[in-house]
Amino acid sequence: MPDVAIAGFAKAPNVRETEGTTNGVEMLVPIFAEVFAQTGLSKQDIDFWCSGSSDYLAGRAFSFIAAVDAIGAFPPIHESHVEMDAAWALYEAWLKIKMGEVETALVYGFGKSSAGQLRRVLALQLDPYVVTPLWPDSVSIAGIQARLGLEAGLWSEKDLAEVAARGTTQDVAELLDTPYYADPLRKHDIAPITDGAAVIVLSTVERAREIVERPAVITGIEHRVDSPVLGARDLTRSPSTEAAGKALDLDGVDLAELHAPFTHQELILRSALGLGDGVKINPSGGALAANPMFSAGLARIGEAAIRIHSGESRKAVAHATSGPALQQNLVTVLEAR
Amino acid sequence: MTETPLAAPLNVGFDYTRSTGPVLGRFVNALRDRRIEGIRGSDGRVHVPPVEYDPVTAEQLSEFVPVAEEGTVVSWSWCPRPLDGQPLNRPFAWALVKLDGADTPMLHAVDAGEPGNIHSGQRVRVRWADEVVGHIRDIAYFLPVDAEDTTPTQPAPPVADREEGAPVSVVITPVHLKYLHSASPEESTYLRGLAEGKLIGQRCPACGKVYIPPRGACPTDGVPTTEEVELPDTGIVTTFCIVNVPFLGQRIKPPYVAAYILLDGADIAFLHLVLGCAAEDVKMGMRVRAAWKPRDEWWTSLENISHFEPTGEPDAAYETFAHHL
Repeated sequence: MPDVAIAGFAKAPNVRETEGTTNGVEMLVPIFAEVFAQTGLSKQDIDFWCSGSSDYLAGRAFSFIAAVDAIGAFPPIHESHVEMDAAWALYEAWLKIKMGEVETALVYGFGKSSAGQLRRVLALQLDPYVVTPLWPDSVSIAGIQARLGLEAGLWSEKDLAEVAARGTTQDVAELLDTPYYADPLRKHDIAPITDGAAVIVLSTVERAREIVERPAVITGIEHRVDSPVLGARDLTRSPSTEAAGKALDLDGVDLAELHAPFTHQELILRSALGLGDGVKINPSGGALAANPMFSAGLARIGEAAIRIHSGESRKAVAHATSGPALQQNLVTVLEAR
Repeated sequence: MTETPLAAPLNVGFDYTRSTGPVLGRFVNALRDRRIEGIRGSDGRVHVPPVEYDPVTAEQLSEFVPVAEEGTVVSWSWCPRPLDGQPLNRPFAWALVKLDGADTPMLHAVDAGEPGNIHSGQRVRVRWADEVVGHIRDIAYFLPVDAEDTTPTQPAPPVADREEGAPVSVVITPVHLKYLHSASPEESTYLRGLAEGKLIGQRCPACGKVYIPPRGACPTDGVPTTEEVELPDTGIVTTFCIVNVPFLGQRIKPPYVAAYILLDGADIAFLHLVLGCAAEDVKMGMRVRAAWKPRDEWWTSLENISHFEPTGEPDAAYETFAHHL
């Protein structure tokens, strides 16, 4: 089976609110152009297209269909979509190349989180019989998760502030001085609401070598899922991330891009993947800097890849999550080879 | 300088309706009797609410276990600004509550007043809804065990149709979501044109095709359409169907014709109505003209055109529109 590499990455400006449509076309047209300029490819060179987005975020059915216009999808293209973060679309595209069905693929994710009330919309990811009808919001569920670790002594509020401080000009003491937003979480513990999009070009390693000097070769990709029943799992751990990590070779990883929309979740993920102090964490700022729904996970993979391209990293791990309280997790290992 | 794209509130709502099956059905029917039942998992743990399949082994579960309506807070977070649809409309705590007799906690709300009144390990009890219907919302919220209980609960969720005395087999959850829907800059130009009785298409700068409504990106070239083209309100029927079936929300009595109208000078057809002749007289290639509503009813909508009517001109030859089908 052919090895697969990342040959290009582009992302839309991550902003609190755009004027654009929920179908993402305005965000996607420029970043498709950017990634084509970067790779020297044109749409005719792309064998397979795959995207991640959500109808609930857009507030309309089949919302991803209109986004296909941004591709220039006539004559007809070979296309697919996942109703998850586009990191899972990347997995589908990776499989297509692995199976020898295609040589190149373009993966994109987009979401206009600002169109609706994000923390309420996300309640629709929960169990529809006994949980969604209560409309628990994503911040409150994360707060319950954070407190479990705080009270078990697994992390402190200072530990959380230290994670946040990396991306701010404020120091830990200043952050701890701010009031609770939703006890036990402060504003800095919570990813901002972000409109955004991201795109990755994948190809066989041979093809990638023609495009970029140091392709980011995907040497492992695994995803696992934990029970949707929040009370049935230990929320202070991420068994699915642990299991995905165990199935991979993480020896020698020097950089990690972790999709943690809450500060304590970064600590859970670091521990689940066994990342030591020598590993550079989230040089991009991670989801705490910008959390465009349905592309933030894909962007973690892209951010790790461009640091392989640039020589900043030799072996990187990228993580994407989907669902409440780190329910589903996808871990990718990228290497310069 | 281009104008700001049009935006308007978009409120979607539907009653999310689910059949319950034997496990969740038993749970909600017990709730209607103000009882709580869990289920024993493969490892002996009692899950509340009951799970249909074991979270560890995926084995199908069936051993029901009654549990208490009092329990202990395992963890909580404060909700200072409650959202629509949440169990309380005043600040409250979300909590994982482990009921006595259960091994896994359930997520629910605790009416604690302020964050200082709740802590992990706290004893809480169920506040039943004033009206129980067989739904998770029959547990209105939890209260500290010793708290006074004087506040009426919010109305019960809607009830699925069922025969008198029959068990609950369906749960309904109303879903209401509010969005601010934005039109693209190209769509906004088109919609603003309609408010003035103009049909404005736009031309793709790459392939020259004229789209109405104009597109955020040309499906052939992937670039936004730009050059404005004002189109006449005449065109042809490319294809059509005769609607004979009545349906919920239908505004016109069947039979009537829904047709693809290709305006003269456009490269894409849009869907509209053809009235003003018998349904069986509509043909592919038929020449039609817009029937506009009175001017004082115009707004930024294609509804300004009530329908299209035959002009009586000869039909267009098939070859002239074959490539637009």
